[in-house]
Amino acid sequence: MKMKKKKLYLLGDVLGLFFAAVIFIIPFLFMLVNSLKERRESNLLNLSLPEIFHWENYATVFSANNYQILTAFKNSILITACSVLLLVILGSMAGYVLQRRTDKAHRFINSLILTGLMVPAAILPTIWMMQNMHIYKTLFGMIMIEVALQIPFTIMLYRGFMNSIPEELEEAGYIDGCSKLKLFTTIIFPLLKPVSATVIILNAVTIFNDFTNPLYFLPGAKNVTVQLTLYKFMGQYSSSYNLLFADVIIIIIPMLILFIFFSKRIVSGMVAGAVKG
Amino acid sequence: MTVWSFDSFKFCGFQNFELFFTDDSLSIGIKNTLLYAVLTCGLKVILAFLIAVFLTSKIITKNFLRSVVFFPNLVSTIAVGITFSALMHPSKGLINKALEFIHIPAVDWLGNTHLALFSVIGTDVWKGVGIATVIYIAGIQSIDKSYYEAASIDGATKWEQLRYITLPLVRPAMNSVIILSFIGGMRTFDLIWSMTGGGPGFATDVMASIIYKQYAAGYYGLSTAGNVIMFVLIAALAYPLQKFLLSREVR
Repeated sequence: MKMKKKKLYLLGDVLGLFFAAVIFIIPFLFMLVNSLKERRESNLLNLSLPEIFHWENYATVFSANNYQILTAFKNSILITACSVLLLVILGSMAGYVLQRRTDKAHRFINSLILTGLMVPAAILPTIWMMQNMHIYKTLFGMIMIEVALQIPFTIMLYRGFMNSIPEELEEAGYIDGCSKLKLFTTIIFPLLKPVSATVIILNAVTIFNDFTNPLYFLPGAKNVTVQLTLYKFMGQYSSSYNLLFADVIIIIIPMLILFIFFSKRIVSGMVAGAVKG
Repeated sequence: MTVWSFDSFKFCGFQNFELFFTDDSLSIGIKNTLLYAVLTCGLKVILAFLIAVFLTSKIITKNFLRSVVFFPNLVSTIAVGITFSALMHPSKGLINKALEFIHIPAVDWLGNTHLALFSVIGTDVWKGVGIATVIYIAGIQSIDKSYYEAASIDGATKWEQLRYITLPLVRPAMNSVIILSFIGGMRTFDLIWSMTGGGPGFATDVMASIIYKQYAAGYYGLSTAGNVIMFVLIAALAYPLQKFLLSREVR
């Protein structure tokens, strides 16, 4: 009986690995293999190993359009880093206040924020507003957009986590004569570390991978982001899959590294965010 | 609601909205969006549940498999779109090659107007099933083990345990999956745009891609009307859905 069960689980392992390989691993293998082939060879779109490994495809991609991809990486990283920083600061403060105060006004703000999770961005009004503020087509404007779009989710995560922090800590600090700002920066914020890590990783992934919003709010060649270059490449190199896939791989690699180092954190963060939403 | 450029406009009533509901190339977007949202949501809810049950059993490689299933979530949608349009290439794509191998004639995944939307839906499920699975796994793991012990002492089969313990108690997780994937499906844009660009014809146009097309063509009024319709659709469907789901949770 025991043996039979063990065999059954082993069979499950084998089947699981097989399906995972076919469904989830082959597409990535396909990208990698084809990114290293010569143009004609890669246009056959098959899975065979390249005859000669053409690492220079990557160099070609990097130097394409006057090293545009480097600009793109710079822009994307700048946008991501600034937005995440702002989100952590604003989100943690807002989450703190909104969880601790429960009067009518704050409950109203709360429900407003929850609405923000669902509604799609209104595109033209936003552009019109940004133009009047002279921040349309600027990185600063883009950062503001990303912060605005991600803040409901961020506040929600922080607010959820605040539930688990006892109020006595603040009372003790208050009695000892701690100012309100200091109370937050020295007592509360350090306690929020685990959820801050989640917020940083999740938002970084979302903002780095964002395509739609830069497409609308950040047009112009000098403002390209990583995802936009990839999209441009799609039109430009539709007949040389090797370069296209080299670009895809370059763009996936940061995420892969992130995942290898923080996979536990990412997964638990995703769950926390999703379940509380 | 108006015909306008950025510095002048004239009011034209509900003309833009009328156009949206009467013009075939525009109204197909509403239909496609709903189809897309319902199907991706349904498939993710079912498939992810099965995968999660499988990955919480006692198999040895479950941690590795969980990571594998989850990873596509972190890949940019555009990259996924490019790869899958290559895999679905009508004559030399890998999927058709595989079908050929088992003697099924080649299918034009993205070129056939009836099939293209479903191909994109399939890709979306491929990309999104990981997060749904992970949410389910968290839900299943939080179920108290003593329920299963009690059930197996009472002689319940594995199937009965799944049906009467796991399924009802995983409801909160399931609700999150439903809401998240439904709203995500309603708002989808990048995958459609990178795989088909709304084509062939208008066969895979969804609200978000129509909004972008009208915007790019300079029809700002139509684009905004689309935006409003999308907002109303999401609000009108997602809120009641959430209310309904919450009211059915087992406490």
